[in-house]
Amino acid sequence: MKGIGASPGIAIGKVLIKKEPEIKIEKLAISDSGQEIQRLKEARETCKEQIKNLYDRTLKTMGKKEAQIFEAHGMILEDPEFFGQVEEKISNESFNAEYALKEVTDTFVELFKNMDNEYMRERAADIKDVTTRVTRILLGIESTDFSSLDEEIIIIAEDLTPSDTAQMDKEKVLGFITEIGGKTAHSAIMARTLEIPAVVGVEDITELANNGDYIVFDGDEGTVVLNPEDDVIEEYKNKQAEYIKLKNRLNELKGEKSITKDGVEVELVANIGTPRDVKGVIKNDGEGVGLYRTEFLYMDRDRLPTEEEQFEAYKKVAEKLKDKPIVIRTLDIGGDKELSYLDLPKEMNPFLGYRAIRLCLDRTDIFKTQLRALLRASAYGNIKIMFPMISSIEEVRQAKAVLEEIKEDLRKENIKFNEEIEVGIMVEIPAVAVMSDLFAKEVDFFSIGTNDLIQYTTAVDRGNRKISYLYNQFHPALLRLVKMVIDNGHKEGIWVGMCGEVAGDPKLIPILIGLGLDEFSMSPISILKSRWIIKNLSKKEMEEMAEKVINLPTAEDVEKFIDENIDIEI
Amino acid sequence: MYKVEVELKNETGLHARPASVFVKEASGYSSEIFVIKDEKTYNGKSIMGILSMGAGKGDKIILQADGEDEKEAVEALKSLIENNFGE
Repeated sequence: MKGIGASPGIAIGKVLIKKEPEIKIEKLAISDSGQEIQRLKEARETCKEQIKNLYDRTLKTMGKKEAQIFEAHGMILEDPEFFGQVEEKISNESFNAEYALKEVTDTFVELFKNMDNEYMRERAADIKDVTTRVTRILLGIESTDFSSLDEEIIIIAEDLTPSDTAQMDKEKVLGFITEIGGKTAHSAIMARTLEIPAVVGVEDITELANNGDYIVFDGDEGTVVLNPEDDVIEEYKNKQAEYIKLKNRLNELKGEKSITKDGVEVELVANIGTPRDVKGVIKNDGEGVGLYRTEFLYMDRDRLPTEEEQFEAYKKVAEKLKDKPIVIRTLDIGGDKELSYLDLPKEMNPFLGYRAIRLCLDRTDIFKTQLRALLRASAYGNIKIMFPMISSIEEVRQAKAVLEEIKEDLRKENIKFNEEIEVGIMVEIPAVAVMSDLFAKEVDFFSIGTNDLIQYTTAVDRGNRKISYLYNQFHPALLRLVKMVIDNGHKEGIWVGMCGEVAGDPKLIPILIGLGLDEFSMSPISILKSRWIIKNLSKKEMEEMAEKVINLPTAEDVEKFIDENIDIEI
Repeated sequence: MYKVEVELKNETGLHARPASVFVKEASGYSSEIFVIKDEKTYNGKSIMGILSMGAGKGDKIILQADGEDEKEAVEALKSLIENNFGE
């Protein structure tokens, strides 16, 4: 069987199936409504305790942000309006508590679901979560409890809720498998935070497996074997030992420099989306942040973030990372990444449309607020500013002029900021790569965004499955552009980094070393592995390899050449 | 009964975090607390009531309380709004 690897690691153990008994709610006529209301009150009390426990537990094991969801659940449970309506239904219409609760829940869920706002729609799920919990208590249905397990098990479920993952005892839960969900599903994210191996999206697994069955799985590849033969168990045990060995070996690289055999040092930094991600950067010994995507500050809400909110977020990252460099990219939104409250018109061709710096230079109110917050935060750490989606020199000059304007305002107001703050651009549009000799005179650094650069260079929409075979990071055209950008940057004495997927690709890292890339920005979990690769390379040898590779005719040839000539196995 | 009219000046209005801050504060008083917007009345101690009201930046709302600590409650909520919920 195969699913999607959601959290790496190998799990070997006994199955525990989590199946929620189906909840059937009957409509009954009750005679003593006072007693029925009392019954509801008691159920709410019990529920309150459960939620409080979940809150405390999550706060301890995962942190404040993850625990907040249970605080919200607690507020719903205390809501006088909501439960006032339920009680009214019990006394006026003589409904039983379960049915009255269901009626009111349905009304509210419907109301919130139809709101034109992502945040409100999410609240509908919270309401449902809480009232299901109360209903279960009313009906005396026990739900599977993962907090007090006697033996080590692997959990198999259709889906897992935040409450489920929050309860998991890391000592006893060896891993979990679900039928529903993708890599970014809530349960998958939690599994990675807790470092429990997990596979999601395995069809019918709850039907196929039984309690007590033996199961093995690989949370990286997503392979699952139910009731395996002895030799398969042996194979997974070896894999598990290998995995642990690898992890230990990589852990030993913490604190070491990212330096080639012949003494060339580069910077291995991380891509992050929120201040929370800094934990992962520190844990994996990232040497800084090469791309802080600020979009998340603007998403999942119904208004623009204020200057204060942004300032706090940037400052937090800066303080946590002390003097390490942090490249913060200004708002990259529009086109495919929408913000409901901005009311942007639908476009025929969003990737070529009104987005990122184009939007910011038009809506300078949004841009200025962000730049002010960034500059203010620059007094607290080593922040650098990066503009996305630049396609012309004029845009760089305009953006820098706005920045200067804000600097002047801050000086007048006597607000501290870093006067020497570095300003760079993303190189993700071929026009910029081709003219990088001139762009290099305007900025302090380049960061090559390979995801978009491949897409724009090869005219391949990376979301379109029918042509996805054309989207290839080994395309010689990409490598030639990368070489051009690095050479031009170095000629003007500026550093050149990369913040797309390619920067963390084990096969391409040697070529990038050969081409002279200074900074590699990747997902935090790839950092130590990349350091291992780099420490085993010679820059001089890689220069020769790179020279050969960029003269090959096809992407296939490039990949084959790397496979045959460069050893990156750990 | 005691009431005042206030204008929401913070970016998020009475949504998300400000809504829960508001409800938490309101729940600390013994008086009944209502929020009136466009002549519709919502329960000030109910997160779902406040959220379903959908009040945003620039909206004018009336804070009304009924009970022993009505004046205190309304004034506290008013200053919470005027201080932009500490945003």
